[in-house]
Amino acid sequence: MLEIKSIQIETKRETFGHIERRIGKGKAATRYEEATYDLQATTNFHYLPTYDSNYELYDERKTAIKMKDWYSFLDPRQFYYSSYVVTRAKQQEGANQNLKFIGKRNLIDIMPASLKNQFLEHILPIRHFEWGANMNNLQLVSEGYGSAFTSAAMFHAEDRLGNAQSLTKIGLLISENDMTVLDKAKENWLQEPSWQGLRKMVEDSFVVKDWFELHVMQNMIMDTFIHELFFNYYELEVSQNGGSNYTMMTGFISEWFEESNKWVDKTIQIAIEESEENKATLTGWVNKYIDTAFDATLLLANNIISNPEETLLEIKTKLINRLTKSGLNL
Amino acid sequence: MSDDNVLLILQAVDEARAIVTAIEKDNPNAVVEYEPAMVKITCPKKLTINTETVEGVIGRDWETHELQLILITLAGHVDEDYDHFTLYWNQ
Repeated sequence: MLEIKSIQIETKRETFGHIERRIGKGKAATRYEEATYDLQATTNFHYLPTYDSNYELYDERKTAIKMKDWYSFLDPRQFYYSSYVVTRAKQQEGANQNLKFIGKRNLIDIMPASLKNQFLEHILPIRHFEWGANMNNLQLVSEGYGSAFTSAAMFHAEDRLGNAQSLTKIGLLISENDMTVLDKAKENWLQEPSWQGLRKMVEDSFVVKDWFELHVMQNMIMDTFIHELFFNYYELEVSQNGGSNYTMMTGFISEWFEESNKWVDKTIQIAIEESEENKATLTGWVNKYIDTAFDATLLLANNIISNPEETLLEIKTKLINRLTKSGLNL
Repeated sequence: MSDDNVLLILQAVDEARAIVTAIEKDNPNAVVEYEPAMVKITCPKKLTINTETVEGVIGRDWETHELQLILITLAGHVDEDYDHFTLYWNQ
């Protein structure tokens, strides 16, 4: 009888030294941990950046939030390059399938004209908001501290560009590739009075210095108001009025919002758990922006929803509940 | 190996790690042994893998049937549902 002998070769080192010092000796690290922990340089920066010589290239003092360990901000989704790309590729496939289905069955033709116009006039300009969110998240990447935070922000920035592209695609599908609808949407974003509150807020956000403040303003406050209104409450109303084809097209955006909230909420929670001082700073930022965001979104809600005031109050309560769950008392 | 042990053998791959971590968390009596290319897990009477625990470890949704992809063998009756995968012996 043939006997195949096997020997167990013990691994001498399970992972890199700098990972081992964090997770403990003899423990196997996950890919996420290996792709995240301590990647960013912390010393020997040589020259101060010419564009902002008050700070080092990577500098903890660029935000009022203080952390003992910036790698506490681990992403609950554990996104590193390959897990992120695989997840999004799958979702993209699903979204494309939906668009194809709609194209094949000519579902656009049976969509009420009023709904099409509503999309082109009142929803499509959101692509400029998403572009702003892309800019702001890239700012987090460049100003932020610790790869645990900045790599998640980088993925988030890419997602925003993806959202803007999704909206563009839907716009072109609805208009049968009439490019002028994009120009009109931009014109609305720039000139139409109801968009100006949001546009002002987005443009103001471009000059916010403190990167964590920017994170709270963009990813927590503005996003919750805008995404809840446009891709949750509005879609519910549209579905009830026979526009469920429409919601098939934007499905990815609402799914994405739900998923990325897990990350955003976690970052707030971790900062609060660190210290009372952080908590006070965060409370200040939330109070600073919540009403402006409310007013800006209300102008837009008037265009698309039957009970704007009520809806916005519901969204605000949802936002406050999320923040309370993360540890703020508002 | 004692008679009333349930047994689960998985391929020693990345996906197995999260499951082993989840098993260790939820089954304090489980014994994990690393063999060449395999992980052998034994536990007296009953062993449960909870979907929720695995999801907590890997940070994404996980379905119990994903276990099949890395499963080598098992011993015990199987009770499988959306939220758990349990091996047990009738006592």
